[in-house]
Amino acid sequence: MNLHRSLVRLLLLGLAVLLAGCGADLKPPENVPTVDTGVNPDEWVTIPAGEFLFGLHNKRAVIAQDYEIMRTPVTNAQWAAYLNQALAEGTLKMGDEGVLVDYPGEPYHGGKHEIEIGPGAYLVYPLEALGAKVVYEDGQFVVKEGFANHPATFVTWFGAWAYCQSVGGRIPSEAEWEKAARGTDGRPYPWGWEITHAHANYYKSRDPFEVYWAGLGETTPVGFYNGQTHLGFHTEDAASPYGVYDMAGNVWEWVSDDIEETHQRILKGGSFTDYDIDNRAVWRNFAPPEFTGPTVGLRCVRDK
Amino acid sequence: MKGLTARLRYLFGSSKGLALGTVALIALTAAFMGMLSGPMAEWGVRDFWIRLWGMDLNPLEREGRLIFLYHAFAMAVIAVEVYMLTGLYAMKESYKLIIHILITVGYLSAMLFGLIFAYWGHNWVFHGLFIFGQALIFFAGVMLAVAFWPWSKDYRLPEGSPYWRLKGGVDGERLAVFIMVVATLISAIYGAVPGSFYGHGFEVFLSEDIIRIPYHTPLQLAIVGHLHIMLVDIAVAAVFIVSRWVDFKGWTQKWAMPLNIIGTVIISIGAWLVVPMRPIAHHVINVGASFLMLASVFMAIYVWRRQIEKGLAEMGLSYQEARFGQKLRALFRDPLPWGATWLMLFMNLVVTAPGVYMAIKLEMFRHWLLREEKIGLVGHWHILAFVIAAILLLYYIDLAGVRGKARQWLGWIVILGNMVATTGANVLILKRVFVPEILEQPLVSRTLLVMDIALFSFLTALAAFLMWRLVDLFKPDGRWVEEWRNPAFTPLYEEDTP
Repeated sequence: MNLHRSLVRLLLLGLAVLLAGCGADLKPPENVPTVDTGVNPDEWVTIPAGEFLFGLHNKRAVIAQDYEIMRTPVTNAQWAAYLNQALAEGTLKMGDEGVLVDYPGEPYHGGKHEIEIGPGAYLVYPLEALGAKVVYEDGQFVVKEGFANHPATFVTWFGAWAYCQSVGGRIPSEAEWEKAARGTDGRPYPWGWEITHAHANYYKSRDPFEVYWAGLGETTPVGFYNGQTHLGFHTEDAASPYGVYDMAGNVWEWVSDDIEETHQRILKGGSFTDYDIDNRAVWRNFAPPEFTGPTVGLRCVRDK
Repeated sequence: MKGLTARLRYLFGSSKGLALGTVALIALTAAFMGMLSGPMAEWGVRDFWIRLWGMDLNPLEREGRLIFLYHAFAMAVIAVEVYMLTGLYAMKESYKLIIHILITVGYLSAMLFGLIFAYWGHNWVFHGLFIFGQALIFFAGVMLAVAFWPWSKDYRLPEGSPYWRLKGGVDGERLAVFIMVVATLISAIYGAVPGSFYGHGFEVFLSEDIIRIPYHTPLQLAIVGHLHIMLVDIAVAAVFIVSRWVDFKGWTQKWAMPLNIIGTVIISIGAWLVVPMRPIAHHVINVGASFLMLASVFMAIYVWRRQIEKGLAEMGLSYQEARFGQKLRALFRDPLPWGATWLMLFMNLVVTAPGVYMAIKLEMFRHWLLREEKIGLVGHWHILAFVIAAILLLYYIDLAGVRGKARQWLGWIVILGNMVATTGANVLILKRVFVPEILEQPLVSRTLLVMDIALFSFLTALAAFLMWRLVDLFKPDGRWVEEWRNPAFTPLYEEDTP
């Protein structure tokens, strides 16, 4: 066999494989099955005050008072209803790129990679976003069929800030979020120490919604991993020790902590496009507050 | 029993045997650990592998495990480089023996006990042995510096030498190696001090996870500097190995070696400046890197010219009368030396260029999720490490006596496998520039498939090569006997040199 000819053939084969991907079907999901998980997204859960283990190095931390956190991330139905109501009331306004909110701004320190966030109008939710489930049609925000109880996505940090205010709450601090997810015994995942396909929606976790976007996957309905079988897919009850759902996988959730001198924000919990290990409750993702994407959602807390 | 003793003497008593054993151990460890990530995790092989071997993988300790894994591979690669350096450069046999004993016991202790500690529960005795092993490697490095002392009268070059010669006949290349060894030792301390200070209570972190936090402690910065400079030093050592392999000399060597010295000094200072003067450290590093890159260009010029001359002579043509196409064919006749120097240049396409692009477009990357930036950072040094490994492997294939068709197949698969996999890795690193997250999967899947084919070919070729050497060990008059009898590391063009 001629060596050089064989090598050239192998390279051409590789190139062909690479190019074959260009024509893959990437249409937005259609005929999405509706799943009623039985978990109520309107519920709030009380997290008791006290000590817990915080962060990758399990440092002892204390939260001084009880607080409540949403049992699930904010759903598309809740998000669409909020956008319509807030636009009607005038607390949000429509801009060229999408829905905006007036924000009082943050101190600027002149840091090397610091974003300047002065008082002004900031993006809450984009009008044009491929993969968005809440779309603007005929002057109203509506949810695409089948996605009503899936977590809202493409919400900026400013959007989370505005939404949480509207429900009498606020964005959780990283500590509040993590305590609600891990409890007090130092576990890495809300349900315990090991992650399996039955526990959370993460990259290649083989859930029924993974067929969309050429195998990248999609969000699952909130509370999907509750120990029941949905669409023939068996799940474990993946609630946190306090009964909070979707704290690992599905969508990243904004927390309130601001990284000084950059204004980057922390996101927690992993998403359907992240590897299993990145769904640990201790792991941190970062993004600027105006970031919007198909894997980013929100959840709120409120004081008791 | 006599046969076993002879084989053990070869494997542990000769530079070539030690290099063979270490390359095999690296390959086995890579294959074993490869079961825990990438497609193996997606296909469920990882979970089976963990159960099969009774591994204890606490998810909260992943960062610490990775640090042990990186060190395990790094120590073994450093050992291979030391075996090659001691084989290629003249030094006292007594020094060579001490260095070999220290580094062999050191890397085996650090690698084996470090991995056992990290992946099979935490027995602190093993942690101690991991540290002990690294300490031995450090002292091997000190001995290596002594052995390379450039002002020794034994290694002076005569006037008119084709090699770079300093005042009094000091061998410039020996000075360059000496400086690299000393810089590596200081850089090792840079990592060892923070690690020792915190002891086993050290709060491990991966640098890529804290990149968006603007405040770092001096100890965190020391580790950031350490991990960067150690990989650079491993790369510079590989340059010196190739240098002796190809008997680098003449005007190109006389330009390259000063550049190597200047580059090594500046880039090391740049990495050390990460702690006290972080804002300017990267600029200093870039200056140092430029000198090193230029030095590799000179080496490539030399090797390619020699390759063309040698190839044309084999084809019965003279350099003057050969056409461009014939020169090109002559250049590619032996993939090993060409590949080793080509990969030094190719490194700039798959490591330097994307790194510079990311630095220029940093605000764009910072506008995305950290994960995107993290893929770039992790991919960047994985690619560099893989290219260095391929360069060393190309030399080792020659050293191990692979000739004829096997040399062609093995050489080309290592070169092309490396090029395809590292190019693919760059596609993954930069994918967000040209495709939004929701549409990325076809590109990601296809790229990974191509990369996996390339890596599979690379690893299969490596496995076949090592299997050949394993079978050889069972032969009473195998190649190992020849290597034991003739421990000299013959330069590539020695047979051509009158």
